[in-house]
Amino acid sequence: MKKDFFEIGTKKLKSRLFIGTGKLPTYKLIPEIVKKAGVEVLTVAVRRIDPDTREENILNYIPKNVTVMVNTSGSRNAKEAIKIAEIGSEIIETDWIKIEIEVDYRYLLPDNEETVKATKYLSKKGYKVFPYITPDLVTARKLVDAGACAVMPLGSFIGTNRGITAKSLIEPIIKEIDIPVIIDAGIGRPSHAAEAMEMGADAILVNTAVAIAKDPVKMSIALSEAVRAGRMAYEMGILKEKEYADPSSPVSDFLKKI
Amino acid sequence: MFFNELKKLEKNFIRIKKELKESRYITENSETDVLKFLLIDISSQALEKLSLKARRITDYFFGRTILLYTPLYISDYCRNGCLYCGFSALNKIKRKKLSYREIEKEMSEIRNKGFNTILILTGEDRYHSSFEYILNTIKIARKYFSEILIEVYPLNEDEYRKLVENGLTGVTLYQETYDKNLYKKVHLFGPKKDFRWRLDAIERALKSKVKEINIGPLLGLNKNWQFDVYMTLMHARYIEKNYPDVEISISYPRIQRSFSKTKVYPVSDKDFVKTIIITRIFLPRVQINISTREPPYIRDNLIGFGVTKMSAESKTVVGGHYITSNKEKQFEINDNRTLEEIMSVIRTKNYRPEFNNWIKV
Repeated sequence: MKKDFFEIGTKKLKSRLFIGTGKLPTYKLIPEIVKKAGVEVLTVAVRRIDPDTREENILNYIPKNVTVMVNTSGSRNAKEAIKIAEIGSEIIETDWIKIEIEVDYRYLLPDNEETVKATKYLSKKGYKVFPYITPDLVTARKLVDAGACAVMPLGSFIGTNRGITAKSLIEPIIKEIDIPVIIDAGIGRPSHAAEAMEMGADAILVNTAVAIAKDPVKMSIALSEAVRAGRMAYEMGILKEKEYADPSSPVSDFLKKI
Repeated sequence: MFFNELKKLEKNFIRIKKELKESRYITENSETDVLKFLLIDISSQALEKLSLKARRITDYFFGRTILLYTPLYISDYCRNGCLYCGFSALNKIKRKKLSYREIEKEMSEIRNKGFNTILILTGEDRYHSSFEYILNTIKIARKYFSEILIEVYPLNEDEYRKLVENGLTGVTLYQETYDKNLYKKVHLFGPKKDFRWRLDAIERALKSKVKEINIGPLLGLNKNWQFDVYMTLMHARYIEKNYPDVEISISYPRIQRSFSKTKVYPVSDKDFVKTIIITRIFLPRVQINISTREPPYIRDNLIGFGVTKMSAESKTVVGGHYITSNKEKQFEINDNRTLEEIMSVIRTKNYRPEFNNWIKV
């Protein structure tokens, strides 16, 4: 198989599996997850970073070769997201920002409108912006114009492990948008990860499924292999499903005779 | 306002009870069906089944983390005649209020221990604990903590707004009981007597854009404790619907006999645990907070069953972290373990002690 590099936020990456850190039982797992699952991108919520802490400090567990995307979770509008992004980017020394403006705690749904505003501002300032959205092609188009590096539609509500229940809304985004599409939230098992890849998503972001697995390292390996398998199949071209039975042995000899 | 919902909800509670009388079989047809478990005595096996569901929901939505915080009492002056509280104006105790210098010392000590969330408490006394006193305390807290919560008397909207502008993240305010008659009986005098002013305070705070609120009943005050739990859950659901961008926490403090001058109706450990489990199932995204009022064996065993927030190294005297001369307590602490010990228990259960919930700006 050819080396499958893909470009995102001016970086060339090999791994299409991004991992979130928020729900992990211990940050000590991070280096092993990165190593064993070949992860190259981690997300860290600015609200969970305390550079002065004497307790387990996430910053001490992030391997040097990894790209950190800081997220603005906890922000309720563009103004707050921008401020949090700037603080986070300074502490972690990264220009990768995931805009996450949650305005609904029950469903953890982002505010697409405010997300566009924050994306526009931060992109202009030179940040690499990755907006997290409720899947909506119209918003995705606005985000392209706003200078986003990728769009991150949710597959299902965060933390539900329900898979890509918003599939029919994500598909048009993948088809019509020329920047990478990262499916975020809802991916609970390897088959969901493979499905995302088969759909043509450029990458996925997973947190809950890894964090609450019996063995988070093993789960991240499983997801990583599913991502590779799904991507390989997508690149090859996946056969369409049919409504009727189709014999595996060709009938062409018979057809030639008649 | 939630106050306007009370009558309808009281009727609904009666309807649920009636439905249970007609059939003890609990389905999951409607969102509120799970609340029926509050009203019946269930077997340990049935509770186990519910607890597994609660555990799954908690893990999915909050991950393997427990948020840790500590309270700081800055003053115990109080004008309220509440029959259940150690700081009640009915009690002739030596009162104390921290100076700003003392507050700074206390906060610095708390921060040094590792906490990044502080809950600031006062009694209700606008003379000794004026609004300015609270405001200035928050200004000091801002230097040390990323999450600043208050549990003080109800304020007006402008006051809440001013505190938010100066760094306040959240408001904790317990209604104690949602039964208006009982409320009148246990609050003999003082500004707290005004049931509605207190109930509406949550919404005044929400309108002033606090990021989080914490509500709860005082279990043991009401013989019909299920009513207060039901109303608390409905209160939270109301906030979720009307103020969806706010983080909600619920606590279920259990009253302590030794501090109460009114009859106590103890809520058993089993009912207490059931309440937490049902809260988690009914409100998957709400934080559930458990204080050091509860003993270690309850606190430790509830990790993963719904609880997401715990206090540690709490003192219920004024100060207590740096200044240790005050003896008058609001209530007795039943978990006196050090932060280190509590963190170690959390880790043993394969959870991560989390200290950071907001961003210090």
